[in-house]
Formats: sequence, structure tokens, C-alpha cells
Amino acid sequence: MAGIPHDHYKPKTGMQKWFHERLPIASLIYDTLTIPTPKNLNWMWIWGIVLTFCLALQIITGIILVMHYTPHVDLAFDSVEHIMRDVNGGWAFRYLHANGASLFFIAVYAHIFRGLFYGSYKAPREITWILGMLIYLMMMATGFLGYVLPWGQMSFWGATVITGLFGAIPGVGGILQEWLLGGPAVDNATLNRFFSLHYLLPFVIVGLVALHIWAFHTTGNNNPTGVEVRRKSKAEAQKDTVPFWPYYVIKDLFALVMILIVFMAIVGFMPNYLGHPDNYIPANPLATPAHIVPEWYYLPFYAILRAITFDVLFLDAKFLGVLAMFGSIAVMALAPWTDTSPVRSGRYRPTFKIAFWVLGFDFMLLMWCGAQPAEGLVPLVSLIGAIYWFAYFLIILPVLGWTEKTLPVPETIEADFDAHYPPKPSTVK
Amino acid sequence: MKKLLLSAILVFGLVTNANAESGKTHIEDFDFSFEGPFGKFDQYQLQRGLQVYTEVCSACHGLRQVAFRTLGDEGGPHLDPETVKAYAAENFEVYDAEKDEDRAAIPSDKFPESGLENAPDLSLMAKARAGFHGPNGLGINQIIKGMGGPEYIASVLTGYTGKEKEQAGTTFYENTAFPGGWIAMSPPLSDELVEFADGHSNDVHHIAEDVSAFLMWTAEPKMMARQRVGLISVGMLILLGVLLYFTNKKLWRDIKRKT
Repeated sequence: MAGIPHDHYKPKTGMQKWFHERLPIASLIYDTLTIPTPKNLNWMWIWGIVLTFCLALQIITGIILVMHYTPHVDLAFDSVEHIMRDVNGGWAFRYLHANGASLFFIAVYAHIFRGLFYGSYKAPREITWILGMLIYLMMMATGFLGYVLPWGQMSFWGATVITGLFGAIPGVGGILQEWLLGGPAVDNATLNRFFSLHYLLPFVIVGLVALHIWAFHTTGNNNPTGVEVRRKSKAEAQKDTVPFWPYYVIKDLFALVMILIVFMAIVGFMPNYLGHPDNYIPANPLATPAHIVPEWYYLPFYAILRAITFDVLFLDAKFLGVLAMFGSIAVMALAPWTDTSPVRSGRYRPTFKIAFWVLGFDFMLLMWCGAQPAEGLVPLVSLIGAIYWFAYFLIILPVLGWTEKTLPVPETIEADFDAHYPPKPSTVK
Repeated sequence: MKKLLLSAILVFGLVTNANAESGKTHIEDFDFSFEGPFGKFDQYQLQRGLQVYTEVCSACHGLRQVAFRTLGDEGGPHLDPETVKAYAAENFEVYDAEKDEDRAAIPSDKFPESGLENAPDLSLMAKARAGFHGPNGLGINQIIKGMGGPEYIASVLTGYTGKEKEQAGTTFYENTAFPGGWIAMSPPLSDELVEFADGHSNDVHHIAEDVSAFLMWTAEPKMMARQRVGLISVGMLILLGVLLYFTNKKLWRDIKRKT
């Protein structure tokens, strides 16, 4: 692996050498686990482990749920109840899986906003960022597909609304929507293909995650200072880094356990808090729920979708909403190129900091808007929120890069670390 | 770390229920025995609730997800097997597809479906309705009071004002808990409608409370097991967290020059 110089795996015994020459897997594991990691990482660098845990949790619980689930419009709802009532521990697997999706999204949003604040997307980590955005898109798709499977009221009507978005595309929309649904409306064909894809996409995510990790192991981690690890020599690099094992493995595990305490409290005591009561009513194509609302993790983007309530030229509001929704994620993916600041970390960018926290607030505000019925002030607030979202990526990031007066950046990671943890007088030479 | 926790709380807080009706309906916050992390179903309350369901609700409403055998489960009404057998046989007939005829129910059967077309099945009612919302779509009430499913049911059962109106040939009854204020179900309960063997109070308020508790059990029969798992896993994780905290501290001590 290129990048920061460090010790590599050396086969010792004859057996190890024999194996290493044929399949250097021990080397891969060794180099991955001992990779030099900046020693000043803060608690916002724990989300990667949480996300890896979530992916594993979702796949394992999901595989078990599939053993008892029946993807058919007449049987799906009852098979989920069969899991909840008759399958040993079935209720636990289902609640872990349903709430695991929420944990997954909390972690991914924390991870993304961490990257946005510390400029982790900037060169040379653009590929890591783009891969991350693809993973996030795949997660959104997987979550949506999975939510349809219990075949409750919100499953059915959520699927109807979301696939309807594709129908809004001028010209090909109708054909595209029918192709996605496998028919003129959400029905058994839809359920079957959603089930198939819900099983497939997590493994696509696994592949993308491997690339994501490979990419940032090549460039090295970013860190709160945004200053690169010195890599002229191993000795120099060692002053800025510690090996991932054991230092960050233990730290990340500690953080993961703290998060799992909250997670298990939710699974154990309020497992339906993040869900929607209507999804315990079997799907009924003849009865539309009073309000159709997506899961909480889609709400900010759902708000952007609904923010456009006016036609522009020959484009109707619905299609513009769809464009805005997908565009809001696309502009995030463009951040490596729209951010023109030479300083990577937000820590040394006083004006950027304000813009960033406003973006964080904007995200929360949009989330709230997405959950409200689109009436009164909600559409207007959503529109303002959506405008700020786009302005942040397309105007504020480039302009700030040119105009902002940044604070002095530490010379090295070591210097920053020493400022926090001063060397003892006796150890200073 | 503080910021992180704060944002996590905010994210949770922002989650809302879409069917937050305008605050006009009144949901009474009943004090059920199964609320909170240490809450438990009261086996005798569930048995009384089963009796109310059998004598009153089952005339129109089904419980199609619930098998008679589960009435004997621990963490539920916990009837003994003979009682379950007798209960099923005495009270319900089911259609046997093999024999192509109706026969007396046996423990492995499920409760019948609703007999009345517009009477919803009650198996999951306590999870399919949320009594508590907000405030302002912030989802804080649901954390404090719970989702309020059984409270909703009990409030509907006790929320009749006595007013009626006729619309398109159907009689509607004014109800303070039902969204919209008018419900098609006639007031199902009255004082002393059910006679409990254990001599428990049988005014409308108590009957409604008991049957709502029973319906919470039909919706979430594994609740006691779930809460036990929650307590044990949170406890074990805290222990593991303490160990990892000190391991991590010791591990980084030299790097952070704290020795």
C-alpha cells in the first residue's frame, strides 16, 4: 500500500513464506490493521467503525429475517407478524434490523458532516468522498426498498409516492415508473423486485466500502488539523501517527459500546419510536393514510423535494422538486471542486465555521419541515432551507475560499498534539 | 463529544409522527403496569381484558394474528393449558379447510377475523395508533409518555359524550379521543357490563383499561422478554464500556504523556 511509510508484514517461518508467496493475505490484514493513523484524531473519527458495525448487523439480522419472510402481497404482512410472534428471537432480529437502519443513518450523517467540517473531501481524498456519496445513495435506496417489505400502509404508500417521483420526469417518466414497478401500480411484482434488490444492494455497499477503505488507506486519514502526515521517512511519520491497532481499535470499540448502550435501550424499551404506527396496518390500496411521511432519515431531502411548489418555464413543480432532491446530493459530491480554500480543516476557518453550523441547523430544520404537512409556513421555510443548502455548496464554499482570512495552521500533527499534551520537561531534549 | 450527544438527541427529538392530529382530541394518560423499562404486564389484568374482549369486542372485532395457544405463554395472560383448550373450544368456531366445515377451535388455531366488515382487526391496534405526539412535531412526548397506543384505545372507549348524529344512513357517535370527533362504533362499554371473577371494579373506566392492556399484549406479546433483553444488554454494555474506558485510558497514557 502506498502512502505513509511504515513496517510491513514479514513472513517468518518457512510455512508463512510458502503461503505468502502464493497468497499474501496475511500481509493485507497486517498492513490494514497496523496502518499509521494520525495520533490527534478526535471523537468524530469513530463513525467509520460504527458504520462498519451497522453494515454487518444489518446483513446478519437481514439474512435471518429472510429465512422467515414471504415476499407476497397476501403473505408479507402476516409473515412479519409470524417473525414477531412465533420465530425464536424473531422480534429481536426484526427490531434490531429496523432500528439498525436508523443507527446506520445517524452514523452516516455524523460521518458526512465530520468530513464536511474538516475538509476530508479535499485533494487527495476526492475518490474517497465520491465513493462515500455512492455508499450513501445505495443506503438510501436499500433503506427505502426495505421499508416496503413489511407491506404495511406506509410501505405501500411510501413506495407509491417515491416511484411516482420517477414518473415526474418529462417524456420517459411514465414508462420508467411502470418499468420500476413492474406494472401500472405498486403490486406483487413491485414487492418481489424490491425484495430482490433489498438483498442485493447491501453487498454492493460492502464492495463500495472496501474501495472506500482502500482509497483512504492509500491517501492516509485526514485529521482535525487537516495537515498531512509527514512521510519523508518512517521516523518522521511515526512522530505524527500511531498504529491503528491497538490505539484506535480500542478507542473506537469504546465509542461503539457507548453508542450501543443507547441503541439497545431503544431496541429494548421503545423499538417503535422511530417507526410509524400506520405501518402496523396492512397495506390497503383503497385507503390513503392522512399523511404519507418517509422514514426520518429521508426527511431533509423530502422537504427539499416538496419545497418547489411553482413551475418554471416548461418544467413543472413536481419535476423540479425531483431535480432539487437529487441535486442536493449531487452538489455535496461536488464539494471537493467547489471548495476553493487552501486550508483544509474548518478549525482554522472562522467564517466557514459559521456557514458550516448554519448548514447543520439547516439540515435539522429541513428534517423537521419534511415531517410536517405541507401547509402554512412549511413550504416557504423548506424553500429557504433548500436555497441555503445549494448556496452553501455552490456559492459559499468557492467564495469563502477566495475571501476568507484563515487562522494559522499548525506546522505538523505532532505540533498540534504537543500543544494539547505537552511533553514532560524530562523528556524534552 | 458533547456536541455529538446533543446532535444525536436533536436527531431523535426531531422524529415525529405524521398523523399528529390537530390537538383537538383528548387522550388520557392511563397509568399502565407495563410502562417504563421495569414495567410488566399484569397477568390478571390481561385475563380480565381477555374476558372483556371475549364477551364484548369479539362480537365484531377479530384478532387474526393471535393464536389461542399463546394465551398460555409466560409474559401474557398465562392461563394453564387446560383452560386455554376449554376457552378456545367454548368460545370460538373456526373453519377447517381439510374437513370443509366449521368446528370448535383448538389451541393451535388463531382467533377468528372480524365478523363485521368495517370493524378493524384488533391484533395490532395498540401499535397501529399513537396517542401521544409532539409537541410541534418534535417527538418529545413519545419519549416521556410512550407511543400511547393502549392509552388511545382506552380513551376512545371512555371518550363518548353521548351525542349522536346521522349521516348517509349511518349513525355516528361523538367521541373526544377519535380523530375527527365522530366514530361509527356505538359505545361498547357500560358500567357493570362484565362481571369479573376476581371482583375487580367493573366501571367503564376500569373495563376499558383492562381490555386496552390486553390489546397491548396481543400487539406486542414478547414485550416482557424484550424489556428483559433491553435491561440485560444495557447493563452488560455499560460494564463493557467501563472496562474499555480504562483500557483505552491506559493504552494512550504514554502517547499522551500522562504518566
